[in-house]
Amino acid sequence: MPMRSIWRTLDRRLARDIGLVCLADGVVGLSYGAISVGGGLPLWVPIVLSIVVFAGASQFLFVGIVAAGGSPIAAMVAGLLVNTRHIAFGLAVSDVIGTGWRRWPGSHLMTDENVAFAMGQDEPEQRRAAYWAGGIGIFVCWNIGVVIGGLAGSVITDTDVFGLDAAFPAVLLALVLPALRDRSTRTAALVGVVIALIATPFLPAGLPVLIALAGLLFYRAGKPALEDARNE
Amino acid sequence: MNDTPLLLVAIGVLAVGTFSMRFAGPALRSRFEVPERAQQLLAAAAIVLLTALVATSALTDGHGPAGIARPAGVLVGGVLAWRKAPFVLVVVAAAGTAAGLRLLGVP
Repeated sequence: MPMRSIWRTLDRRLARDIGLVCLADGVVGLSYGAISVGGGLPLWVPIVLSIVVFAGASQFLFVGIVAAGGSPIAAMVAGLLVNTRHIAFGLAVSDVIGTGWRRWPGSHLMTDENVAFAMGQDEPEQRRAAYWAGGIGIFVCWNIGVVIGGLAGSVITDTDVFGLDAAFPAVLLALVLPALRDRSTRTAALVGVVIALIATPFLPAGLPVLIALAGLLFYRAGKPALEDARNE
Repeated sequence: MNDTPLLLVAIGVLAVGTFSMRFAGPALRSRFEVPERAQQLLAAAAIVLLTALVATSALTDGHGPAGIARPAGVLVGGVLAWRKAPFVLVVVAAAGTAAGLRLLGVP
């Protein structure tokens, strides 16, 4: 899908929502950069991670482990574990990513936020536009935020004071709410939440979210969704 | 922490591994047609993962509970989102609630 048609397909409300999520992610990136440098890591570590890994949760985990004196190999394994959820995301959104060369940048731009944005749209064109605009916007804002945060370094040490840790889950919750209107999906998701919360004290980071997939045992596929019926 | 080569290797493997996991879905899906029911299941799987991520990042910190301020902030944001409030309000209210409670000494 050419860039121009992405912008044409986005309606104003969706474009504004995407912009705000990008902005919120920029602020989270700021706190990540500040925490990394404040924890004693050289500036290039959070910046390089943000560009080549580009997955917030795993980056926080990685710098947290290394800054605490842990082994970079342990940090790497933990990061990989947290990122396994992208396999399922990729299967779910492969049609909006497209084919050919687009799969390369499209895969790298995959985040929780733009996957949720894409799932929230009814029309295939809107899904594609939401995914790409969200992915590109988040990539730009996140990396700018990380650089600024890293440079600010020790000035902002406690981002919790600003309540930023509540912003990320709230953003994601707002994004998944539309999909939870479907009863069967909601049941599966709630069972998954209970499983993940029970498992959290016992399992390494990343695994609880993954085993939440067991909630899918309670999922029953319904009639073909409206947009699929329209496509045929 | 001064072991820069090891750090570079770890970052490199994490980057390649993460990209491979992201790329696996689109690469697999382009080879065969996925039936309608399986597509619905995959979409539900993504939502289950995202919802679990919301719950764990809102309610837990490391291996323990996240205190009161953060869940309260997320709850306020969630209610606003459910009432179809604009996105700005959701983000600002969630962060504002958590920050306000902490200012009052709530963990």
